[in-house]
Amino acid sequence: MAEIVLSKIEPQNTSTAPANAVPPFIEIEKVSLFYSASQALKNINLSLGEKIVTAFIGPSGCGKSTLLRCLNRMNDLIDNVRIDGSIKIGGHNIYAKDVDVIELRKRVGMVFQKSNPFPKSIYENVAYGLRLHGVTAKSDLDARIEESLRGAALWDEVKDRLHSSALGLSGGQQQRLCIARAIAIKPEVILMDEPASALDPIATARIEDLILDLKKEFTIVIVTHNMQQAARISDHTAFFYMGELIEFGATAKIFTNPSQKRTEDYVTGRFG
Amino acid sequence: MNTVTPSQYLPESSSDTTRMTRHFRAEKFDFWSFFFSGLTGLATLFILGILATILLNIIVNGWNGLSWHFVSTIPKKDFFDIHTTGVLPMIVGTAFRVIVMTIFVIPVGVITAIYLTEYAANTSVITRIIRAAVNNLAGVPSIVFGLFGLGFFINFVGKNMDKLLHNASAVWGQPALIWASLTLAVMTLPVVIVATEESLKAIPPGLREASLALGATKLETILKIVLPQALPGIMTGGILAVSRAAGEVAPILFTGVAYYMASLPSHLSDQFMDLGYHVFVLSTQSPNIEQTRPILYATVLVLLMLTFALNIVAILIRARVRKKLRALQ
Repeated sequence: MAEIVLSKIEPQNTSTAPANAVPPFIEIEKVSLFYSASQALKNINLSLGEKIVTAFIGPSGCGKSTLLRCLNRMNDLIDNVRIDGSIKIGGHNIYAKDVDVIELRKRVGMVFQKSNPFPKSIYENVAYGLRLHGVTAKSDLDARIEESLRGAALWDEVKDRLHSSALGLSGGQQQRLCIARAIAIKPEVILMDEPASALDPIATARIEDLILDLKKEFTIVIVTHNMQQAARISDHTAFFYMGELIEFGATAKIFTNPSQKRTEDYVTGRFG
Repeated sequence: MNTVTPSQYLPESSSDTTRMTRHFRAEKFDFWSFFFSGLTGLATLFILGILATILLNIIVNGWNGLSWHFVSTIPKKDFFDIHTTGVLPMIVGTAFRVIVMTIFVIPVGVITAIYLTEYAANTSVITRIIRAAVNNLAGVPSIVFGLFGLGFFINFVGKNMDKLLHNASAVWGQPALIWASLTLAVMTLPVVIVATEESLKAIPPGLREASLALGATKLETILKIVLPQALPGIMTGGILAVSRAAGEVAPILFTGVAYYMASLPSHLSDQFMDLGYHVFVLSTQSPNIEQTRPILYATVLVLLMLTFALNIVAILIRARVRKKLRALQ
């Protein structure tokens, strides 16, 4: 744990450049979402840049997780959900009729709040997604699994027990295994739903370190309740309140000089 | 050991009198708590007592009638003579019908449960109708299942199979092992469905989400993640179904059981002798009740042991599956 350098987890982006300075990769246009009669998202317009970290913040029930789950269509699994508007990833509308959800989820990976490794071995956890997408040769699997575990900064801790159960790992290791599992199938985007909320500070720091590492290759969208975490790891921050997008901009600006009163109240801890 | 007494925590200024007031009150005798714990204990003892009486009665009276000859002999038509009778065909028949039933009831029950928990919308009318049907099926008296088996399987399915395949000569359109087994399968279906549903519901939704988020289809998720986890629960359902079916007589009365057969059943269209039905025959058809009684007891003991053995086999298989799963937890 000694190799965690504190400077690494200080605010990343000190520039105040507006969000649209980065070419948009995910374009959310006029998205509204309804659970039966109640509206969870109200006309959201948001453009997220490629290979940066965007944080969604806001009080519980503000719709940030709901919006995150729209990006890989996990909301499709819930009955009676209606989504209006369009979401484009890399220029393609992911809600178009001819979109294969399986292909979409291969390109848009997800890490959940509660680490959810399969009750299989560490090796099999990472191999699962690879096998689904046609990687079956043992040598290919071995190589991709090592690469993914290294990518998730877990390799050194588990290389001697790849075939023992993933459930024997600590909470932080399990979450990094879930990240390894997600990056193994080489997605373009990784969605993270409060990935460190159940972890202790050291494990959290490692996950945050990892996220900063991963953004070199992946576009990352992270939902977090932890203001300091959003400030430390994200380049852009979107603040949601009651299903509406209140403010979106460079993280440094949101946290030091927000233009909306409600944003300021929230990030300074006056409510939420 | 370095014991820390509470007094060490108290500030030095606290006097003995203040310390006295901090004592807890002495526990009072609580009559109602005593009464109810005694009552529940007695109720449990009562049930254990009944079970012990039944088992002891059967074992004590049946033990002497047991012999290798008894369990390995195919008897002559006059099976009321203790010296020449045997129960081999009844053992084979009972085991055969239970195994065939299991082969049918597990897949159908598991697939139904998968549909109900994984696919059907919980609030839809169809789901409610299916659930109500399953619950009602569990409450139907077993003799009604027997009549259903006669009417549906033998007179409808079997007779039509004969018309199509055997020029209307009676092969399938008569009581047979397969129809008895299918009738039992219909009867035990609710047990398997409910047990499977429970075990499917117990699997954390997070595992399904993780699989789907990796780009697995619903079918892949069910086959590779959900079902392996649910296997012990499904097998519990199977064990309950076997226990229920092994001793049932009413559903097989009109659908396959025979009073006497000179040879062992070898084909699904054969009739068969059955331990439970044989007990009924021995106790109602005997010319000499006193002489038949030891055979009767021994037969009941064999039936109990067979049910027990079938259960043990299923429980051992389940234990193996659990052990495999637990090695990963």
